[in-house]
Amino acid sequence: MHPVLKTVLQRLGLGLLTLFVVSVLIFASLEMLPGGFAQAILGQGATPETVAAFNRELGLDRPATIRYLEWIWNVLHGNFGYSYAGAGGSIKKSVSAIIAPRLYNTFFLAIMTAVIAVPLALFLGIMAALYRNSLYDRAVNAVTLTTIATPEFFIAYLLMFFLAIKVRWFPSLSTVSEDTSFLEHIYRAALPAITLTLVIVAHMMRMTRAALINLLSSPYMEMARLKGVSQRDAVIQHALPNAWAPIATVIAFNLAYLVVGVVVVEVVFVYPGIGQLMVDSVSSRNMPVVQACALIFAATYILLNLSADIVSIVTNPRLLHPK
Amino acid sequence: MKSDNRQRVKGEALLEIRGLRIEGNSDGVWHPIVKGVDLTLKRGEVLGLIGESGAGKSTIGLAAMGFARPGCRIVDGAIMFDGIDLRAAPEDAKRKLWGARIAYVAQSAAASFNPAHRLIDQTVETAVRDGLMTRDKAVADAIDLYGRLQLPNPRTIGERYPHQVSGGQLQRAMTAMAMSCRPDLIIFDEPTTALDVTTQVEVLAAMRNIVEEFHTAAIYITHDLAVVAQMADRIMVLRHGLEVEEAPTREMLREPREDYTKTLWAVRKLAKEESISDDVTLSVRNVDASYSGVVKVLDNVTVSLPRGRTVAVVGESGSGKSTLARAITGLLPPARGEILFNGKPLPRALKDRDKDTLRRIQMIYQSADTSLNPKQTVRDILGRPLEFYHAVKGAARDRKVAELLDSIELDESYIDRLPGELSGGQKQRISIARALAAGPDIIICDEVTSALDQIVQEEILTLLMKLQKDTNVSYLFITHDIATVRAISDEIVVMHRGKVVQQGPKTQVLNPPFPAYTELLLSSVPQMDPDWLTNLLAERARAKVKA
Repeated sequence: MHPVLKTVLQRLGLGLLTLFVVSVLIFASLEMLPGGFAQAILGQGATPETVAAFNRELGLDRPATIRYLEWIWNVLHGNFGYSYAGAGGSIKKSVSAIIAPRLYNTFFLAIMTAVIAVPLALFLGIMAALYRNSLYDRAVNAVTLTTIATPEFFIAYLLMFFLAIKVRWFPSLSTVSEDTSFLEHIYRAALPAITLTLVIVAHMMRMTRAALINLLSSPYMEMARLKGVSQRDAVIQHALPNAWAPIATVIAFNLAYLVVGVVVVEVVFVYPGIGQLMVDSVSSRNMPVVQACALIFAATYILLNLSADIVSIVTNPRLLHPK
Repeated sequence: MKSDNRQRVKGEALLEIRGLRIEGNSDGVWHPIVKGVDLTLKRGEVLGLIGESGAGKSTIGLAAMGFARPGCRIVDGAIMFDGIDLRAAPEDAKRKLWGARIAYVAQSAAASFNPAHRLIDQTVETAVRDGLMTRDKAVADAIDLYGRLQLPNPRTIGERYPHQVSGGQLQRAMTAMAMSCRPDLIIFDEPTTALDVTTQVEVLAAMRNIVEEFHTAAIYITHDLAVVAQMADRIMVLRHGLEVEEAPTREMLREPREDYTKTLWAVRKLAKEESISDDVTLSVRNVDASYSGVVKVLDNVTVSLPRGRTVAVVGESGSGKSTLARAITGLLPPARGEILFNGKPLPRALKDRDKDTLRRIQMIYQSADTSLNPKQTVRDILGRPLEFYHAVKGAARDRKVAELLDSIELDESYIDRLPGELSGGQKQRISIARALAAGPDIIICDEVTSALDQIVQEEILTLLMKLQKDTNVSYLFITHDIATVRAISDEIVVMHRGKVVQQGPKTQVLNPPFPAYTELLLSSVPQMDPDWLTNLLAERARAKVKA
């Protein structure tokens, strides 16, 4: 079998196993938390009878293993279940329906940020490697380190203050709904996207620079120079093709962060993403929603890491063209 | 591409170096590497630069291109290439010369080819970039060069990536790359040092032919006099950054003037008196071993090692020499066969052997740099086996360490040094002392002199022989170098592709009649005779015709 295909299948298999383990862990840890959905909804004053009745209504009185198995059985059939919230009443809301718009928003923001941040980081990194130890190199390192070291909510408020309040280029709140048009969505998501770009660029840029510089002392780079290849072409044509693997790994890591780790930025800009939804659901013990979010997060990590692995295979002739 | 001029007609001076001084930086201090060297090279002439490591050979070779490695700087002197002052020329001007008019062939082709690009793309890169040829023409020309350099399948080999071809083929491909723009000058920097002798012959022949064919001037850098004798019209001997002497090849070989040049022959004269014994201490019987379970790296190997004697295991890379060592030490348990040690079977795996068995079989590795812990002092390195195997502690241990240092001819003052503060030869001595500290019956020496200069090699081999006399230890001496084999062994085992071709006393193995592979191996070892390569090739061609 072709090595790329083999790796993809292997990783996907392992990925499914990981998803299963994640779902067990999340389920078990939520079980271990004190209180439950009923207490969270009914409040501290609720009598034990009401709580018990409520739990019976939701089926929460049954043993955890049964509930877990039932849930996973449904998931395997494409049914993520129904939200506990509003379960007793007439409006029974499916988890998919709750998550879908939030997920769209999250991916929208993530892709928008990636489109800005990844090329920017690569460009800055390559230039830094090319002009290493120059004023430019030191300046770009200092600036990106500062932005990564500053708490993201602080960057968010700074941007909001200058770009939204002082010069009024962008709205300070990023409220969007299903009716928001594509361009309007971009406009509204601009501040969170810029904030996230500032947060993730440093890591990717520094890895690009380090991966390239690491190769510059290799004999084939000296050979390239002695063949009369200019410094710029040597870095781009001779070093970069050998540096993709570590760079792709770091990019994948940061893109995953854009999906799973942006709750603070969502809160600051009141952007209706999946991070906020998950935090709310955990505090209300809304198990089906939490489980679905956790699976999405895990799947994001797995798929992005898989893509990074594929990049490292495809860019490495030793793996792509075995002897 | 006219190359009918097969005679070596030397033209006017192409490269002139006067009073070259180069400094290198270590730990922030600049110290001299090349201390005033003059060199003249005519068109079509091949100059051999030889000397031990640290003599400044490669540094001079690169300086001939107007290039200094990072951490080096050219401080004084003139470098004139065909009327161009390379010291004054800006980087841009030099870049136009590099690859096009002056080309470089590096020691390790495997490391110097970019692993991400196909051979053909790297071969034609300079010619296409500088607009000397269209890509199609350059590719056709590269295929022609591959053919002239005797590469297999010249039409398609360029489509391969560097990892897909062998070391000898890569080295020839690198020569094709250097030749692609028909440069006036090629710098060959130890181009065959990393190759097996059997491969070296073909590469040397290919390089020599093509340089002659295109009337290219070359600087051929090596530490091997016999190799340079085949390649060069003139030889310059360097030491500590200074010229020792310079003469036409035949003259230099016939009557070297300087004492230093004469010592370069010394190791080849070192030879142990062969002594045979039937008292076998280690006996490897019908052993098979493999890493993957599929390909047998050792195939039915039977070898015996007499007590107090030296058995040299010789073969090219991939012959299974080092795997044999791993099987004996238990690092790679054999799949089949048995190993008897003092008459009793050895447990296959390392973890099943008791401490006393472990103590009795010790190992010394090729690279003392990587086999000594850089953070441990000599006291700890040698003290550890003393404590572990003999439970000697404190002052008694330090006394033993001092004795060990004495036995390897190092002063007691070395006891608190770190490996980084020792020379290559001294580090290898410490490795030997570490093995001795255990008080072993057998020491397996895996290419222990391969990374050392000839003079240091001789010292280490002499030391090993002295220690054998004193302690009656047996050596299993793994090497690819026939001169070393001659110097140290009582018996010789010849290995090829995992099989033992021959085991016997030294005089028997090194004298006819030879099995076919032994003959190939022995005849491939370069000789001081400048006609050796020519004669060998003629002889092989005749044999081929006969067959």
